[in-house]
Amino acid sequence: MKHRGRYGDYGGYYVPEVLIPVLEELEEAFDRFRDDEAFVTELAELSTYYAGRPTPLYHAKRFSEHVGFQVYLKREDLLHGGAHKVNNTLGQGLLAKYMGKTKLIAETGAGQHGLATAMIGALLGMETKIFMGVTDVERQSVNVHKMKLCGAEVVPVEGGTGTLKDAINDALRYWTAHVTDTFYLFGTAAGPHPYPTIVKHFQSCISAEARQQFLDQLGRLPDMVVACIGGGSNAIGAFAHFIDDQDVKLIGVEAGGEGIGTGKHAASIVAGTPGVLHGARSYLLQDSEGQVVDTESISAGLDYPGVGPEHCYLSDIGRAQYVAAEDEAVLETFGLLTRIEGILPALESAHALAYVASLKGTLDPETVVMVNLSGRGDKDVGIVEQHRPLE
Amino acid sequence: MKSYRDVFSELDSQKRAALIPFFVIGDPDFDTSLTLVKAAVDAGADVLELGIPFSDPIADGPTIQKADIRAVRSGMTVRKALDFIRQVKAYKDIPIGLLMYYNLICHYGVGNFFKDFHTAGVNSVLVADLSIDDADEVLGPAGAAGLDSVFMVTPNTASERMQRIASKTTGFIYTVSLLGVTGSREALSEAVEGLVGQLKGLTSVPVCVGFGISTPAHARAVADAGADGVIIGSKIVGMIEANLGAPAKMVAEITDFLTGVRTALAASG
Repeated sequence: MKHRGRYGDYGGYYVPEVLIPVLEELEEAFDRFRDDEAFVTELAELSTYYAGRPTPLYHAKRFSEHVGFQVYLKREDLLHGGAHKVNNTLGQGLLAKYMGKTKLIAETGAGQHGLATAMIGALLGMETKIFMGVTDVERQSVNVHKMKLCGAEVVPVEGGTGTLKDAINDALRYWTAHVTDTFYLFGTAAGPHPYPTIVKHFQSCISAEARQQFLDQLGRLPDMVVACIGGGSNAIGAFAHFIDDQDVKLIGVEAGGEGIGTGKHAASIVAGTPGVLHGARSYLLQDSEGQVVDTESISAGLDYPGVGPEHCYLSDIGRAQYVAAEDEAVLETFGLLTRIEGILPALESAHALAYVASLKGTLDPETVVMVNLSGRGDKDVGIVEQHRPLE
Repeated sequence: MKSYRDVFSELDSQKRAALIPFFVIGDPDFDTSLTLVKAAVDAGADVLELGIPFSDPIADGPTIQKADIRAVRSGMTVRKALDFIRQVKAYKDIPIGLLMYYNLICHYGVGNFFKDFHTAGVNSVLVADLSIDDADEVLGPAGAAGLDSVFMVTPNTASERMQRIASKTTGFIYTVSLLGVTGSREALSEAVEGLVGQLKGLTSVPVCVGFGISTPAHARAVADAGADGVIIGSKIVGMIEANLGAPAKMVAEITDFLTGVRTALAASG
């Protein structure tokens, strides 16, 4: 490898030997094409005309009134597919095409990344296989159906708890045996180098746009940027261009599940310890023996025991702060935003909103907070109905 | 304590490849697992490859993944693995290589891990998710503890990299016969012969072959290709899975199978 893929102590590429040449090939291709004129032009065109960039930066006035300070929503939920995931799948999908690969595989939790990969597979005419834990297949059946409609094969993964972690295990195994013609389109800013770098690169458009939009619309930068974190792709995309703006507070909101004290959560940075999983060193939820534990969250997309290495580093150096929001507060805020703004947030994004709602009355009214509304909540209506049935 | 060097030079004079069965420690439970490993020793194993079970074994196929889960659920821990190894060594002085994942070592503490396991009787630790590029994180403490090093080479490893791997290996090279994860296969990979030949030209350390070796005939073919040892994992672990609840049958089947492989290897001289 040319680069080590390290963020402080975190990251790296802790993978079986068979994957090393494959990751090397990927690193080389990414270095070669990321600034290649044809590649950049094609990606920009697809981002605009296919995915729907730029997304609006919306001043949520009624929500702002409710919390007592100014909240701006970066509307990634309006993208094609309903989430920020398409930024990355377009980028990596094109990379696969430029590398001459003919098949795509991907893991998925909530199904958003799986769907975004299936869309790109259809768009580029590539055979696509999506690995998805059986639990997630069940609780995200609409997305499963959509993936199939796009022509993708959905492979239900039985191992472990049948969630995202197990889907990644099986996708990695499959990739190991099919490296020659298959591109692994990794969905989050975690996993072995060069994935965290690649995913950050393709998701950085979120903060590049938002930063300029703040300057254009308000003539100033926000005081705070808040994003939810599972593996951390939307958050790193939302943070990237603000990292050098030391006055902009960066807050990542992890899944607090039923509460940190109950052990039923997925808050790796808040409650985990450093370890090695899926090719990277990161904060990890593990037991006293170093076995990776089962996570729990109302939101399938955050149900992951590890987290992207750069977030671990940003946390350690104090540049970003990581907190957790519990399921109850998330459901409450999902309802609130829908009721007063007419916007259904994904349960993942509702974690970021729940944290912001918890700041109600504690910030100066002039304070400007950006929430990355990473996805829309249509997929979650059934889950919300189970927990909070309408009268 | 018997070293790899002792075993491989002895076998070299007999012109026979080493029989190296793999077990997950504690699969399906501590006592049965110990009985099985002793039976493998009695059936003619020359070296033992033992896995400490991990929740997320990404280099392993479904058979060994399930074994890992069985072992963890039966209460297997890293500390109990130490006791397991002491008991095997008390039964017979046979070289033991561990095959495991990095997180368990990090969690235990790198320095202490190698010290404790060497004291218990382990000869080497192959970390499935730690490549030669990061090997310096463990080679110091492992060497200081007195362990040999074992690394993997796969069919897609470039020859320059093969050389680097060989130069850091003191125990044996674990040659992966195919692109993929562990698991028994119908046919032996065609890559084996070329890979073994290439490695033998590069290094004088023993070259052993694993992944997908499922029959005495496979083992024989690997030995004929010039390998110094044959590692068999999933086929054996599959016999455990097929006979859960019938430990006597489990022992008998595995003994028969290993005896057959050993006979096939002896005939290869």
